[in-house]
Amino acid sequence: MTWMKKTALVTTIASVAVVGAACGNDSGSSSSSEELKGKVAIDGSSTVFPIMEAIGEEYSMEQPDVDVTVGVSGTGGGFKRFVKGETDLSNASREIKDEEVAEAEKNGVAFTKVTLAYDGMTIAVSKDNTWVKEMTLEQLSKIWLDPNVKTWKDVDPSYPAEPLKFFSPGKDSGTFDYFSEEVLDEKDMRKDVQLSEDDNVLVKGVEGTKGAIGYFGYAYYAENKDKLKEVPLSKEGADAVAPTHETINDLSYPLSREIYTYVNNKSLKEKEQVADFVKFTNENAGDLAEEVGYIKMPQEKYDENEKAIEAAMK
Amino acid sequence: MALPEKQPVDKKFIDPAAVKQSISKRLVVNRFTKSIFLMGLLFGLVVLAVLITGVLRDGIGYLSLDFLQNFPSRRPERAGIYPALMGSIWLMVMIIPMIFLIGVGSAIYLEEYAKKGRMTSFIEVNISNLAGVPSIVFGLLGLTFFVRNMSLGSTLISGALTLGLMSLPVVIVSSQEAIRAVPQAMRHASLALGASKWQTTYKVVLPASLPGIITGIILSVSRAIGETAPLIMVGAAIFIARAPSGFFSEFTALPIQIYNWTSRPQEEFQYLASAGIIVLMVILIAMNSVAIWIRNKYSKRY
Repeated sequence: MTWMKKTALVTTIASVAVVGAACGNDSGSSSSSEELKGKVAIDGSSTVFPIMEAIGEEYSMEQPDVDVTVGVSGTGGGFKRFVKGETDLSNASREIKDEEVAEAEKNGVAFTKVTLAYDGMTIAVSKDNTWVKEMTLEQLSKIWLDPNVKTWKDVDPSYPAEPLKFFSPGKDSGTFDYFSEEVLDEKDMRKDVQLSEDDNVLVKGVEGTKGAIGYFGYAYYAENKDKLKEVPLSKEGADAVAPTHETINDLSYPLSREIYTYVNNKSLKEKEQVADFVKFTNENAGDLAEEVGYIKMPQEKYDENEKAIEAAMK
Repeated sequence: MALPEKQPVDKKFIDPAAVKQSISKRLVVNRFTKSIFLMGLLFGLVVLAVLITGVLRDGIGYLSLDFLQNFPSRRPERAGIYPALMGSIWLMVMIIPMIFLIGVGSAIYLEEYAKKGRMTSFIEVNISNLAGVPSIVFGLLGLTFFVRNMSLGSTLISGALTLGLMSLPVVIVSSQEAIRAVPQAMRHASLALGASKWQTTYKVVLPASLPGIITGIILSVSRAIGETAPLIMVGAAIFIARAPSGFFSEFTALPIQIYNWTSRPQEEFQYLASAGIIVLMVILIAMNSVAIWIRNKYSKRY
């Protein structure tokens, strides 16, 4: 290599480094509200990811110079970074836990919860399962906790003695946490459950096993309606309700849940692009959520979000 | 071949009947082992063929110039793989010089300069062990060391350093093998002509071992390009609004994008994933072809 080439190489590397560093330091101090710059770092739940991807896609058309990045470390993994102040937004399919709040307070991270949409956690069985018509939450909790429940006959004597097989999302997912909290009352799930981080694996498992039972987000059920059978659920003696667009939206389905993104208040106050992105998110989350398989909330909920965001910016 | 009958044959040593019998038995064993090995090969090939035809059938329809140039999207027909493709190429471009310099340097030191002793063989055993460490462990190392301690953030440079570190053991071991295969006589000849140790290494040993070294590097980079776990640990994003523009850009990579698409509920995304797999496979095949070409072009037998 000649001297010239060497020098050229070194200069290139140096200039790339300088440009990179310059981009890194840019925190959107531009005074114009029209053309924003800088970064919006988002991480967290893979359940929320499709909504955020859609929002990011739309937002980049409005503000092409803002770098929006969305990762999927899972709800818990995302909060681990969020409470250290590494990310501006953290997507979550459950509410932030007390430990995580404590960690955030220790690091001086204040945050605002923005509710994005509804999801209905769907309990699904195989199409070949002709006997289950509905279940109570108590029944559900019992079979997921008690290792002595081995066949469907143990659930209800009128059912056939088909062996039960369990499919659940992995322990890092917010969906698992939500199920443990809402259905299992924070008790430990039985051990012979097949766990998978990939919800399509759960769908395939439930589809192909006669005695299977599993749970996942409504979008996975809605896309596979022809292959799966949903189980209507009843809570505290009320009538059983099947998960549909309407029952999830009016919260009559017992496992209707909210999905969120948490916003770092400091980013909201100091970074103009984050504030702009969060407002954009709140305005568009409902419609975009519908497009990717989630359910839009009533307008009041988005108005509440807006008030919370305004308050946090003061 | 029949034995000449005139020669006296000591029956105690060679009994033609017994020989005949054992020959036919050996032929049977021969045929049996051959068919076992063939079955072994076929098993691998058939599984691969099934996989490739499945991927091609699902993905080929989504493969287009737009697919290569577009950003990921919620609408499958508009979704593309551009940032992931660029991320993978950036990673490759950053990893290769890094592992070439460090890997070949270490190999040359260990083979040419280091005194053979307990310490050296201890180091070599450890390098071989590192080659078997699961990639997620390197991901954890990358997260704590590059992303947090060195505050490089979840950027291309952290990803490249992590993957490079993961590839190094294989590169060192294969480079060592290549250097060791250079005949001692060539070194002696060079030294006898008055060349210094460095001149011998640089002008004689290195060119002779280059094909082996490059093959090792390309194979381990191919493996690195297909890794997802360490990059997820390092915090690579999945959605980025812009393709990476420098060492300190946020990034995503092909395997991450493919993994994300496979886990989506809508069926069309599974096809997109297949199309992504085809792109990744084409890159890997191209790289391996380059490795084979280099090996054939430069390899000499001694």
